[in-house]
Amino acid sequence: MNILGIINRLGDVKIDNEQSQTRRESLFNFANFAKLAVPAAVLTSLPAFGSTSSTKRAAAITDVLNFALKLEYLESEFYTMGVAQSSLIPMTDKAIFEQIKKHEVDHVTLLKNTISALGGTAVSKPTFDFTAGGKFNPFVVYADFLALAQAFEDTGVRAYKGQAANLKDNNDVLTAALSIHSVEARHASMVRRLRNKNGLDGTAKGWITGSSRGTLPAETQAVYAGATSEDNTMQGGVNVATITTQNTIAIQEAFDEPLTESETLAIASLFIV
Amino acid sequence: MKNTELKTDDSILKKPIGRAGFLKYSAVAIAGAGLMLAGCKKDDDNNNNNNGGSGSVDLGSDDIGVLNYAYALEQLEAAFYIAVIANKFDGMTIEETAILTDIKAHEIVHRDFLKAALGTKAIKDLTPDFSTIDFKSRASVLGTAKAFEDLGVSAYNGAGKLIKDDGYLLIAGKIVSVEARHASAIRDLLNPNSKDFAGDDVVIGLGLDISRAPSEVLAIAGKYIKDSIDASHLPTS
Repeated sequence: MNILGIINRLGDVKIDNEQSQTRRESLFNFANFAKLAVPAAVLTSLPAFGSTSSTKRAAAITDVLNFALKLEYLESEFYTMGVAQSSLIPMTDKAIFEQIKKHEVDHVTLLKNTISALGGTAVSKPTFDFTAGGKFNPFVVYADFLALAQAFEDTGVRAYKGQAANLKDNNDVLTAALSIHSVEARHASMVRRLRNKNGLDGTAKGWITGSSRGTLPAETQAVYAGATSEDNTMQGGVNVATITTQNTIAIQEAFDEPLTESETLAIASLFIV
Repeated sequence: MKNTELKTDDSILKKPIGRAGFLKYSAVAIAGAGLMLAGCKKDDDNNNNNNGGSGSVDLGSDDIGVLNYAYALEQLEAAFYIAVIANKFDGMTIEETAILTDIKAHEIVHRDFLKAALGTKAIKDLTPDFSTIDFKSRASVLGTAKAFEDLGVSAYNGAGKLIKDDGYLLIAGKIVSVEARHASAIRDLLNPNSKDFAGDDVVIGLGLDISRAPSEVLAIAGKYIKDSIDASHLPTS
């Protein structure tokens, strides 16, 4: 990825002339600090870019980054707390969650740095309640930890996906967002399979089958539902079943589906005080 | 020079397309082509079918070119997994069989969908070159699967910015996360319960999967494809 290109591009998003130099400097600092880091984003439903003002565009992008940041805060704190429990995660699974935790913490850093570099203000970390009002006990009961991890990762994949088109205005931000998105998908696949390995869900595969939540609690069904449910077989206006010999399950599994911003926030809100 | 070698199994040709579905499909394809024509007058020159004759396979330009690029990769992946399941390596476990069979089905769906979406703009059936793969060897098969899935993830991540149409971009997003799910599973089969499912060799910087430009991807994939692929008309930004 071309860091210089990103800096040049972001440097062009001038809020005003007086601030532009400062902003460019901060971008250089950010680049040096982050090395391979690239500004990342997810979109909320961006308003149409009716205004071509770069100021407005930068503001819209930071709104989007803040939406992503909320999700990454949630994941980051969840895994940080989980990994910190001495008797929660079995040794056999520890390396997996150390890796996921590292990525989610990195995503928070990346998003905060990028929001700042774009002249925005990063939202504060919400106060989380991972028991969702006493429904779950994820830092004591490993099965609950795994269940929420699956729900969070599958939600993350769908949330980033739902906003990709809105990021087309900035190629580098779009590429970074896609690159976070696929990392979340790697996590999701691993956690889903880990639940199967741990005997918690014999139906769980790395990919989502239909809109099934498997053995996850009913509270998580929204993770697989939505305006475009995970059991969707229509792609580009075409019923894929009419153009392939593969069965419906394969067709549903072959495409992950997006969540809207509001659908995503409704899921996250269960865990925000 | 019609070649159907990539379709030794589960061919789209085996299933007739219902008239209603076909008409619906055609409308979409025409709409997409119209969109592209508005954006690039040279479309007709660069998006010929390339279904006959020798020489390189021209992917075409604009979104059609990017979709053909994806279609080329999905053809390769589908052909690979079809061969893997048709000729299982020694000692393939139940879990490995289940995963590889699922992935085969997904890649065939991706291939068939892209072919249908491209309609008459689709490149021809490519001829794979799997001579470097030992299909009886678990290490060779899973190692190749890992390489293909990681390559696919990086390809879609790098291609997103090249796509103009929102709908195509969304569909690319729907596919890439499934490729990443595959990569994760294959990597875990090779090194179970390690951090390799999202290893430091593919997730770099502050938690970002690698992205690759088409030229980089095709340089790697070219080893497995007999045809010469011309990506010179693809958009670069």
